Amino acid sequence: MLPSELKPETFNSYPTDAKKLVTDYVAVLRELPLSFLSGVLREAIDYDYKFPAERRFLEKELANLSRLSASEREDWLEGFTKITLSTKLERFDWVNAPAQFVEQLSAHLWTTHQLDAFRMAATRYADRLHAAVPTEEPKFPRLGITVIGEGVDNYEAPLFRKLRPHGAYFSRVAPENGLRILLDAVSDRAKKYNDRYAHWYIDGGEPAAVDPSLTSVSYLGLEPVRSALLQRMHSELLKPGMGPEMLRTLMAQMHPADLGVKSSADPVLDRFAVKLLTEGSGTQIFSTSFAQWAAREALRRAEPVTLLVRFAPRQRQKPMSELLKPSAERPELDPVGSLVDADMSAYYNWLNQQRLPGAQKASFLAWFEGHNIAVLIGPSVPRGTGSSAQTDMKQLLSWIL
Amino acid sequence: MTRLEELSCQISRTRREFLRDATRIALGTAALRSPLARAAALPRNKKVVVITFGGGARDQETFAPEGQENVPNMLRDLIPQSTFFTQVVNHGILGHYVATASLATGAYETINNFASLPPENPTVFEYYRKDLRRPSSEAWVVAPSNGFNRIGESSHRSYGAGLGARVILPKHLLSAALSGGHADYEHLLRDNYETPYFTPELAGGEFELQQLEDLLKLSVTDFKTHAETLSSPDELSVYIARQLMRQVAPSLLWITMHDIDIAHAGTYSLYVDGIRRTDRLCSEMWKIIEGEPEYKGKTTLLILPDFGRDADDDPGGNGFQHHRTGDPLSRTTWLMAMGPGIREGVVYDRAVDSTDLVPTIGSILGFSAAMSQGKPITEIV
Repeated sequence: MLPSELKPETFNSYPTDAKKLVTDYVAVLRELPLSFLSGVLREAIDYDYKFPAERRFLEKELANLSRLSASEREDWLEGFTKITLSTKLERFDWVNAPAQFVEQLSAHLWTTHQLDAFRMAATRYADRLHAAVPTEEPKFPRLGITVIGEGVDNYEAPLFRKLRPHGAYFSRVAPENGLRILLDAVSDRAKKYNDRYAHWYIDGGEPAAVDPSLTSVSYLGLEPVRSALLQRMHSELLKPGMGPEMLRTLMAQMHPADLGVKSSADPVLDRFAVKLLTEGSGTQIFSTSFAQWAAREALRRAEPVTLLVRFAPRQRQKPMSELLKPSAERPELDPVGSLVDADMSAYYNWLNQQRLPGAQKASFLAWFEGHNIAVLIGPSVPRGTGSSAQTDMKQLLSWIL
Repeated sequence: MTRLEELSCQISRTRREFLRDATRIALGTAALRSPLARAAALPRNKKVVVITFGGGARDQETFAPEGQENVPNMLRDLIPQSTFFTQVVNHGILGHYVATASLATGAYETINNFASLPPENPTVFEYYRKDLRRPSSEAWVVAPSNGFNRIGESSHRSYGAGLGARVILPKHLLSAALSGGHADYEHLLRDNYETPYFTPELAGGEFELQQLEDLLKLSVTDFKTHAETLSSPDELSVYIARQLMRQVAPSLLWITMHDIDIAHAGTYSLYVDGIRRTDRLCSEMWKIIEGEPEYKGKTTLLILPDFGRDADDDPGGNGFQHHRTGDPLSRTTWLMAMGPGIREGVVYDRAVDSTDLVPTIGSILGFSAAMSQGKPITEIV
C-alpha cells in the first residue's frame, strides 16, 4: 500500500481517539513520504495512551503539516522523499504495525547506507518544526532531584564530576532526614500546582510514602510485571529460531494485560510502566538502568515540572542467561557499582531535563544519600563553584525554589 | 566538508591535544622517513596482530581528559611506542559482528548482524593465505562468542572455502571442556546484552575441542584450572591467544575483545570496568609479543575499536548505552600501530577510514587486498 491510497477506513483498527486524529488529517497523510509517515503513525496509533504533553505536540505537528502548502511540504520533507525503500518495506502493513515498520526501516537504512541521509533529513525537519510550532513553556520552573548511593557507607572517589561545572558543589550538607525533606518538597509542589502527570517520583527500589498526587513508578512496585516478563522472555528464547531482533519485536508488541496487569484507573501510566520494561534495555534486570530509563522517558514524554529519582542498589553482574532467568532467590547486590551507575545517571537526568522548554529557569539537585555531598544547579546558582560551609537540605532547596 | 567530517575533525583534535599533553608525543607530518630506510629496518618473517578494542568505547571514557584514568596502561606503556591516528571513521553498519567483518574485509559489509553468516567480501586472512600461499596454521582469529564463528572466511567465490583463518571461540571451548558443571566459570561465559541467548549452530573453521591438547598443548584439566583464575571472557581470549602464539605462532592473528559491550545493559560502572580491563589486556598482549621469541622484534600490533558509542548530547540516543544513532561520536574512533619500522610517539589527525586496515596489513605483509574499499595508511607501511 502507498500513502496516496490511504482512506479514513484504513484506520479502522486504531483505538478511538487515534482513529479520529488520523482520519481528521488523512488528506495530508496521503501526501507524506512513507519513510516519514511511518514515524508519524507510530506516534499516532498510541495516541489514546499518551501523556497530555505528547498529545498536544502531535496535534500541533499534524496541524502544521496540514497548514503547509504543497510546495512548502515538499521542501520540508525533501530529505525523506529521497530515501529509497525496498518493495518488501512498501508491502509491509505499515498502517497497522508502524512501530515494527520503523524497526525494519532502521535496518534498511543501515544496510543501504542511507542512515546519515535520514538523520540529516530528520534533524532538518525537527529544527523547522520547533521553529514553526512554539514550545510550551512550563507553568512554573522545573525542578529535578536525583538521589544516589543508597546502601553505600564509604566512597572515596569524587562524585558528580560531570554536574559540578554547571552549578555549585557542597561538601558539608547535613544528611539528617534529607530524603524525607526532599520527598515532602516534591509532594508540596504537586499539591500546590496540581496538574496530571506534572509531578513524578521514580524509585529504583522500594518506594517511600508520598502524596498520591505524585505520579509514582518504582522497580519494586513493578516486580510482578517484571517477573512475568522474564518468564515470557525465558520461554520465548528457548524456542528454535528465536533471536534478539525477533525477541525485541515481540516485547515491543506486549500490552499490560499480556503481563498480568489488570485494568486500572490509569491505563496511560500502566502502558508507560510496561513499556519501560518491554522497550528498555537492561531495565528488566538492573534497577539502576530501570530508574535512569524511567526518568528519561518520563521527561521526554510527560515533560514533568517536578521529578524526583532515587536510585537503589542493583543486583551484581552474572551471565546474561542467568540474569534473565526468573528466580525467587534474593539477588546479591552491588551497592558501589550502583553508585557509579547512578552518578552518571544523575548527569543524564539533568541533561534530559535541560532538553525541555524552560531550561534556563530550571533547577536541579543531586545528593549522595546519607552523606554530606550534593550539587545544586539553577539560574541563581553560580556555575563551577564549591562550598565547604555547613548547610542542610532545607537550605539547599530554599536557594532554588 | 560534511557535518560528519566536520564533527569527526573536532573529536580527533580534542583527542590529539590531550594525547600531546598527557604523553608528550609529537604531531605527525607528511614528511615521512625514507621508505628505503624503513625497509632496511624491517625484519624478515613479519607478523601482524590485530586487536579490536571492543565492543564500542567512546572518547570521554578513553582518550579525552576525563577518560584518562580508564586507560592508564595504554597511555603509559603503548602510546609512547606507537603511531596514533585520532580520526578513524567507520561509515558502515554499527553492529559488532558486521562492523568487525567490515574491518576484516576492508569493505563495508551488509550482512545481518545477528545471523550466522560469513562476510561477503574476501577477508584479510584469505588475501594473505592465497596470495602468499600460506597454510591454515598461519592465520587465526580469537573471537568472543559463537556469533563470530564465521568471521574467518568469506562466501566470495574467488576466495572462501579452505582459504580462511581458523577461528577459536574461547567461551565455546570452555563450555565444551566443562561439559556440565559451570558454576565456577559463569563469569567467563558471559555474553553481551544484545545477544544473551544467541548461540547459532557452529559451522566453519572453528576450533575443535580435541585440538586443545594437540595444538595448544593444554590438557582439559590445565585449561579449566587456569580459567578459574581469570575474571572475564576477554581475559580468557588473551589466555588462549598467548597459548596459540607459543605453540603455533601464526603470522596473522586477530583478537576481538567484547567485554565493553555490557554497556547495553545501561550500567555505567560495568562499561567502565570493561574499558579498564581491555586497556590492561592490550598492554599485556604487547608484553606477550615482546616476550615471545617468535614475535619479538618482528610483529606489528594494530589496536582499534570497531566503533564508538552514542554521544551524551544526542537526544536520539541514551548516551554510552548504545550505538544506534550513527552520530559522529559513534562513528569516529582511533587506531594505534606499533612495531618495527613504525615511528614512536607520533600522532596523526588526518581522517582514516575503517576499511583502510586490511590494505595496510596487506602492505605490511606483502599481499594485495584487491577487493577492499580502503587504501594503505602510508604513515605506517
